[in-house]
This record gives sequence, structure tokens and C-alpha cells, in this order.
Amino acid sequence: MKRILLLLAGALALGGCAPPAARNTGVYLLVDTSGSYNRQVGKAEQIALYTLTRLQSADTIAVARIDTASFTEKDIIAKATLDDRPSTANAQKRAFASRLEKFIDQSPPAAYTDITGGLLQAIEFLNEKHPGRKEILILSDMKEELAKGYVRDVPLDFHGFDVVALNVTKLRSDNFDPRLYLARLDQWRDRVEKGGGHWRVINDLDHLDGIL
Amino acid sequence: MTLSNLLTITPWPALSAAILLLLLMAALYFARGTAHQLLLAAAAALSRGLRVASHAVIHGQQRLAARNREVLLAAGREGKERIVEREFTRVADTVRKDLAGYPDMHRRLSEAIQRIEEDQEKAAESPPEAPGWAQAVKVVADLDKRNSGGEILADIHKSLVKAHEEAMDDYRKASGERHALLRRMMPDWRQIREALGHVGKSVESVIGRAQTIDRHMQEYEAIVRGEDHAVSVLSSSSIVYFFISALVLAVATAGTAVNFTLIARPMAEMVGGTNFIGAFRTADIAALVIIMVEISMGLFLMESLRITRLFPVIGALSDKIRVRMVIVTFLILLLMASIEAGLAYMREVLLLDEMATNALLRGDAAGSIAGSHLWITTAAQMGMGFVLPFALVFVAIPLETFVHSLRTVVGLIGIAVLNALALVLRLLGNGFRHLGALACRVYDLPLFVPLWIETRMLAGNADAEAGADVADGDQRKAWKGARS
Repeated sequence: MKRILLLLAGALALGGCAPPAARNTGVYLLVDTSGSYNRQVGKAEQIALYTLTRLQSADTIAVARIDTASFTEKDIIAKATLDDRPSTANAQKRAFASRLEKFIDQSPPAAYTDITGGLLQAIEFLNEKHPGRKEILILSDMKEELAKGYVRDVPLDFHGFDVVALNVTKLRSDNFDPRLYLARLDQWRDRVEKGGGHWRVINDLDHLDGIL
Repeated sequence: MTLSNLLTITPWPALSAAILLLLLMAALYFARGTAHQLLLAAAAALSRGLRVASHAVIHGQQRLAARNREVLLAAGREGKERIVEREFTRVADTVRKDLAGYPDMHRRLSEAIQRIEEDQEKAAESPPEAPGWAQAVKVVADLDKRNSGGEILADIHKSLVKAHEEAMDDYRKASGERHALLRRMMPDWRQIREALGHVGKSVESVIGRAQTIDRHMQEYEAIVRGEDHAVSVLSSSSIVYFFISALVLAVATAGTAVNFTLIARPMAEMVGGTNFIGAFRTADIAALVIIMVEISMGLFLMESLRITRLFPVIGALSDKIRVRMVIVTFLILLLMASIEAGLAYMREVLLLDEMATNALLRGDAAGSIAGSHLWITTAAQMGMGFVLPFALVFVAIPLETFVHSLRTVVGLIGIAVLNALALVLRLLGNGFRHLGALACRVYDLPLFVPLWIETRMLAGNADAEAGADVADGDQRKAWKGARS
């Protein structure tokens, strides 16, 4: 009996000493600012603010734009890791919302759409933060257009990531041939799922409950 | 070797099957006696084992019942001792209180009685003085008839009237004084009546308590003698106490949950909202610890006040140390309650801040709450935060009852379970015994053909033996006849 109690105590002690599993969430919102999508940028604020309302202490959020060359920290518009204390976290949320509003007002349209670069940046950013749950939100038409000289044929490691494409608008060409739109979505789904991630599309922004 | 292989021992599967069947039947037939013994022995062994197990369980149940009875009697004895002790204390208090006032009351009664006696003596009616005119009448009667007696009589009459008036005045005055004295006696009489009424009440109270003590003592004696009736009463009381205390503890648990909700959120502001110990948030654990400390302080307070007796060490402390413990635990409780009130206020502030932030993020200006009535909820939360720790102090009483009655109830449940188990084991034992006989019959079922043949053969042999016996007897008779 004593031995069993000792074993139990040992197991409890070991369990207590083991590093705790991360329970926080990391969200990276990519906003397409290319010419074909720039008119939709206003919706980015709605999504980011909704996401902020769902985040808790120790969660991380970053909003970055997708432009000609998106694989850079310079494209991160705002980022924050919410504080342990709920009151400070609320203040951070308000400051974040203010920064985002400024960006939406002054967002210049980009000539090209480097979605892959943005995704690479998102993966790198979230992996550094080590959140328990990683979510990449892409507000884009998902049509990648790379400038000359940019190589984006790189494998993406989406293990542990949820990738959500939001408000994927139909282009004029998609209207002529819907297969283009479907093929585009399928191509991204394949890419994400081959990388080990989970892919979703949400086009109805009035029902964002499934984001987090 | 599969069944299809076995069916190929002859070119005709039907024949192979028939041969196999015959062989199987033959094997079963020849092994019949041993198989029957095996089946019966196995069934008997199982039956015996189960019956032994049943006996063991019954024995255990009896021991548990005896133990439970002892526990019940001990608990009942302790309870009765406490009640009788309390009654004696009450009687002692009553007697001490009344006897302490007794000398004063006695003095007051004596004084009142003395005053009454004096007044009574004074109030005694004094006989009127003998009239002085009787002598004068005698003198007048002895006078010579020739003298002027008329004038004298007129003078006497005048004197008599005057004397009568004076006597009446004196009498009235004396009566007035007597009445005044009697009036003065009234408060004394009232005082005496009140004092005696008070004494009567005290005596009645003592008599009532003595009767209660008598009743408790009779019950106590019955418990000490270990009477079945006393055990039965104690058992049913214990079950009732168990359910009532469980109900009160459930209410207290709900109160604890409300208390927890009040302080868990603001605790995140103090210890951080993202730290975890195991699967639980540190803030939640901290809030729970605060509540548990409050309950512990409540237990110690109740123990120090000797309302509960969960910790004999505290009960055995000297009065001085106990009083100190009461003060210290109460101060800690007061501190905790104040902290909780502060945390409850902080909770409201945080909640408003969060709601305002969410409203801002949603772009919902109307969502931000601003109203003059919000102080009501804030005050209510603070009040609850302050009062609940003190309310939880009283958990100690049902907890003590629950702990004490739990032993008995668990014992009773154990006895019932063991009874049921013994019955099941006994039934299984009997079932296995009959199952052995049934298995033998089932074994014989496919052997009905050889068994039938065997029966026929045995019957034929018996007939032949009987015929041989008869022939042998005839031969013997013939031989005996030849010899004779």
C-alpha cells in the first residue's frame, strides 16, 4: 500500500513538473491589398475586430498585408500578444483596433499578390510564438500574381495550422468560367493539406463564428 | 485436420459421417461414467465453494453489523452525554442565577413581611374609651329629688353630645390612619407576590429540566444496556441526520460556487489568467484556496466556540487559549471577507471594462453600459463577497453531523450489500449443484441409442438369469426328491 502511495505521489510530482501544454491561440490575418481586391480591405477591420473579441489573455494576433513581396516583417501592420492580466489585455485590444483603423484608412493598392510569401511569413511568425493553436486567416481572392524574379515554389509546412480563406471573391474571369475559381480553391486546398494543415473557406462574413 | 478431411476417410462422405458419428458415440458412451463423475464433482466443488463464500460473507456481514451497532451505540452515548451535560449546565445556570439573587430576595421578603407586621399591628382597631357619663348618671340618680335636676340633666346632655362628637372624631381619625397603613401594605404584598412568582417559575423550569434529564437518562441507560430499540432509534435518526446534513451541505456547496464565481475572475488580475497548474488555471485554484481557507477558519472558529467537536485537540485547550483562537480566527475571517468584498468590486470593474472593449470592437456604441443603477449590482456583489465567508462558517455544523452519520449509513449500506451478496452466492451454489445433474442428462442425450440398447440388454440378461435360477431350483428339487 505504501509503495502504491509513493508511486502515485511520484507520478503526481512528475506530472506537476512536466512543462505545461500551451493553451493559447495565435492568429495571423493576411489582407490582400492587390488592385483586384483592394476594395475589400475594409472588411479586414471587421474580421480583425471580431477576432479580437474572441481572444483571451496570452493569445497572439498579427495583421499583415499581401502585396508584391509579402515575405517580410515590414508587411506586418499590427501585432500583439495579450497580457496575462485581463485589464491590460483589454487596453491592448483597444490600441490594436486603433492601429488597424489607421492602416485601413491609408492602405495603398499593390501591383502584385504574393500570397505564398505572406503564408511563409505567417508560419514563421506563429511558429516563433509557440501558441497551442495556430490559425491563419486570408482575406483574398486567392489569385496569386508574382512579380518577375520572385520564386515562391517552396514547400509550406502547415502542420498544426488551420488556414481559413475568407471572402474569396469571384473575379471577372471566374464568372466566364467558374472552373477557374473552383480550380483555384482546390489548388490552395491541396497545397495546405499536403503541408499538413487544415483548410476551410468562409465567404459569409456575417457568420464568423467558425473562425476561432 | 478439418471436417472436410474427416469426411474423406471413405469415398462416400455420408458413410464417413456415419462412421465418425458412431465412433464419437462409442467414445462418449465408454467415457460416460468418468464424464458423469467429472461433471458432478465439478458442480459439487463449485457449489461447495460458493456456499463457503456465502458463509464467509454472512460472517463478514455479522461482524460489520456488530461493528456498526457498536459505532451507533458509541455515537448515541456520546450524543446523549452531550445533551445531558448541556441540560445540567442549563440547570446549573438557572440555579446559580436564582440562588445568586436569593439573599437579596430573602432580605426584601423579610423586610416586606416585617413592614407588613408592623403596619398590621398599628392597624389593629383600638377599643373606644369607656364613656365618662355613666358615672355622672349615677351621681344624678343619687341626687335629692327636690333639687333642680332638670338643669343638671340638660348640662349632662350637652356634655354627652360634645363627648360623643369628640369620640366620633377620634374614631374616624383612627380608622383613617388604619386604612392608610393598610394601603401602605399593598406594594409590599405585590412585591412578595412577584418574588414568589419568580421563585415559582424558576422552580418549574428546574422541574421541567429535571424531567428532560430524566428522559435523556432513561434513553442513555437504554443505550448503555445496548437495547435493540435504542439501536433502532439511533439508526433511523442517523439516516435522517445524514440526508438533512447532505442537503445542507449541497446548499453550502452552491454557496461556495457562487463565492468562487465572485472572486475567480479578479484573481486572474492578481496571479495572471494564463498560468496553469495541471489542467486547472492558477487563478481558479487561488480562488478555491481562499474559499477553502475561509471554510477552515470557520471550522476552527466553531471548534473554539465548542459548537462542534471535530478536533478534540482544540476542544481540550484551556479556555484562555480557546478565546484567543476565537479572536484570531474571527479576525482572519474578517480579513478574508474584506478581501472578497474588494475582489467582488474588482470583478465588476473588470466586467465593465471588458464589455466596453467588446462594444468598441464590435462598433456597438449602445453596447457600452453606462447607468446610474450599476452601483446596485456592485454593492450587491460586494455584500455577497463579505457575507458569504461568514455564512460558510456554519458549514461546520452539518459537516460534523454528516461525518458522524456517514459512518453509520456506510455501515448500513455495507450490511445490505453483504446480505445481497450472500444471497446471490447461496443461490448460485444451489444452482451449480443442480446444474451438475442437468449436465449429466445433457451428456446422455446424444447417447440415447446405445443407452436404449444397454437397457434392453440388461433387461434380457436379467430375464435369462431369472430363468436360469428357476431351472436351477427345479433341478435341485428333483435331486432332493431322488435322494429322498
